[in-house]
Amino acid sequence: MIPSPFEYVKVRSVDEALAALAEHGEDAKLLAGGHSLLPIMKLRLAIPTVLIDIGGIPGLSYVRVDGEQVAIGAGTRHYVLERDEVARTEVPLLPHVAGRVGDPQVRHRGTLGGTVAHSDPASDLPTALLALGGTVVLQGPQGRREVPVTEFWTGFFETAMSPEEMVVELRVPRTGSIGWGYEKFTRRENDWPIVAAAAVDGRVALANMAGMVVRATATEEALARGASIAEAAELADQGTSPGADMHADADYRRHLARLLTRRALEKAAGA
Amino acid sequence: MQVSITVNGRQRTDEVEPRLLLAHYLRDTCGLTATNIGCDSTSCGACTVLVDGLSVKSCTVLAASTDGGQVTTLEGLAGPDGELHPMQAAFRAEHGLQCGFCTPGMVMAAIGVLADNPDPTDREVREGLEGNLCRCTGYHNIVRAVRAAAQAGPAAGQVPQAQEVVQ
Repeated sequence: MIPSPFEYVKVRSVDEALAALAEHGEDAKLLAGGHSLLPIMKLRLAIPTVLIDIGGIPGLSYVRVDGEQVAIGAGTRHYVLERDEVARTEVPLLPHVAGRVGDPQVRHRGTLGGTVAHSDPASDLPTALLALGGTVVLQGPQGRREVPVTEFWTGFFETAMSPEEMVVELRVPRTGSIGWGYEKFTRRENDWPIVAAAAVDGRVALANMAGMVVRATATEEALARGASIAEAAELADQGTSPGADMHADADYRRHLARLLTRRALEKAAGA
Repeated sequence: MQVSITVNGRQRTDEVEPRLLLAHYLRDTCGLTATNIGCDSTSCGACTVLVDGLSVKSCTVLAASTDGGQVTTLEGLAGPDGELHPMQAAFRAEHGLQCGFCTPGMVMAAIGVLADNPDPTDREVREGLEGNLCRCTGYHNIVRAVRAAAQAGPAAGQVPQAQEVVQ
């Protein structure tokens, strides 16, 4: 399978990337690790006429503490995040989930900004980010702005980002020793989740239960009221709209959402 | 467009289409056909090579993105006198292959596993090779081969330096 022809632009800075996006408009796509974009280009489901390669921009890969938050560069590759000592201490859910993405070869290429911008409802790291809370930092022609993760993913492969913006950073609260859990159900170890649940600090996010990653708000409200984990987890699929495919029908996904939410909450509680 | 890539220790410059995938670049432009294309969809790992020392699936990387980088394929492993790389020798000694189609990718991924973790357990080997499918061996002998290679010394997780490579 070979992608349609495109013009290739290698950029060395965020400013260069933004200038190229402004020049080429909606026909252009940013290429980071390429492990979501290139497969759909090979299937000709995406046919951008310009690829702007941001994989070589220096200074976009970092994890650092900034006040009560941890700031992570959009160009941070999954295998780097997985091993990062600051991340493992300050926000351990995230490096754990980075290590559950795909397989080692995929983690050597994929970037945090890439998976955030792609907005696949079945992605691991956006699920973890949504449970953590925090913001997506975008840069565009009008400068930088921060969008809360709860407002960033708006639908199937859709986000609150404009075509002239790019993701430059993710900011999440430092959770330190607060318990967390991530439960992912797959047929093969390196697959996308059929359903996954991330839990931390009374918040729960689900993968693959709607057009985008979603919070299990009924579960969160029940926990806040003092319900038990078992009672709260029974509500995890409320308000979701799971699809059906060869792996699972909608009812089975609902069952998985409840089960995995319970397990993730139990792990977070140290049970 | 022009790319300049160091393949198995030798720098070369080629005119390529931007859409040329690294796997096709290696096979068709460089004539290095050990790198097999299996699923062509980032699942099977048969096309695994090392780019700047990290295992990647070359069916999902553009040659253009590799411009200025270092690529090592299976052909870059044996010594100047044809002596097998420790990982290749271990795969042969432990019968870590049957039909051989997955083997080039499996060997390159296994070197990547040992580069990251020089003395893995069976489970760590299996997790490290989760991105590589083999339809023949049932994996047992592959795991045995990687562990045997690890016991043979640190060279099993390294690739030859540029000047040692013969193509």
